[in-house]
Amino acid sequence: MGRKLIFFLPVLVFLILGGYFFWGLDPERNPADIPSVMIDKEVPVFDLARLDGSGVVGFNNEDLKQGTVTLVNAFASWCLPCLAEHPILTELAKRNGIRLYGINYKDKPEDAARWLREHGNPYARIGADNSGRVSIDWGVYGVPETYIVDGEGRIRYRHIGPLDQAATDEIILPLINELKQ
Amino acid sequence: MNRAEKTTAAGALREILTGFATSGRQAAALLFCLCLAAPIFTTPAFAVEPDEVLDDPALESRARDLSAEIRCLVCQNESIDSSNAPLARDLRIIVRERLVDGDSDQEILDYLVARYGDFVLLRPPMKPETYFLWFGPVVLLLLGTLAVGAYFVNQKRRADNDTPVPLSAEEKQRLAALLEDPPEQESPQQEPGNPDPQKLAGGPSESPKT
Repeated sequence: MGRKLIFFLPVLVFLILGGYFFWGLDPERNPADIPSVMIDKEVPVFDLARLDGSGVVGFNNEDLKQGTVTLVNAFASWCLPCLAEHPILTELAKRNGIRLYGINYKDKPEDAARWLREHGNPYARIGADNSGRVSIDWGVYGVPETYIVDGEGRIRYRHIGPLDQAATDEIILPLINELKQ
Repeated sequence: MNRAEKTTAAGALREILTGFATSGRQAAALLFCLCLAAPIFTTPAFAVEPDEVLDDPALESRARDLSAEIRCLVCQNESIDSSNAPLARDLRIIVRERLVDGDSDQEILDYLVARYGDFVLLRPPMKPETYFLWFGPVVLLLLGTLAVGAYFVNQKRRADNDTPVPLSAEEKQRLAALLEDPPEQESPQQEPGNPDPQKLAGGPSESPKT
């Protein structure tokens, strides 16, 4: 019995290694997708002033604890992927009636205001994070990033990179609907 | 370094090179070798900008050591000390601010881990989730050593078990018979008209040696 097992050992080693390689080569896997440690934690304490020229007010951590699920999106006018996800965010805010707040990350207020005028402003509130410090407290490491915050102000999900239709339909909307109940 | 300094440096280098090498060709070869060896003498480039550097050299040195342990989240395989990403710069400044405020190294690392997770540390911490990472290679090495050891022990045991059994009387008789009468067709018969070409040529095995 023991003698026969030894012949299966290389097969076993191959299967384990092959499994890892298969996982590593999976085109669906995004190595840049760092899991957030903020999941299920309360949003950090912050108070962001309004973005000048946006026409909407800023917000703080208390505003996210008022019983409404909020989608918080970190964006910047200099960020091209942000423009790519802009129509999807607009659709979420306008058609699905989701409360969308924006963190304007390291941007010039006049650039951001012009960007919003040009492409439309889907955000109910926008906080200007000129130094990027508040974003660091959220664990943002690049824009765009999108967080789902539940009514008690806990972060429930983070999406890295631009939102696409698939992620919106399969993850964002189902989770928001679940949290709303 | 300004332009004039650069030209004089180049001139000095040329003088040194021509001192060692007699022809231009040799000088070129020497320069080529120096270029190949250049990476040995370089230190990694650091991204710390002058305005970030702290006045207190002790704190600055702590900041440098600490930054080298912190992963740049944007570039991912670089420390914030060597990354030019804006986020790396922000994190470097945060590290320095907290050092000036009197935070310990561990407090600063904890601050970053609270936001970015263990991933922000280039040196993974020792904890149950990372035991496999830390001990896996040692365990695999031990297992391999055990396997190799078991193989040799097994070989030896088998060799010991395989001590030849003495010949039986019948076998001895047969062996003696075989040794006494060589079989009739021990070597193939040579055709008389076709002698072995090797013998005619006088192969090396037949050359007499004393």
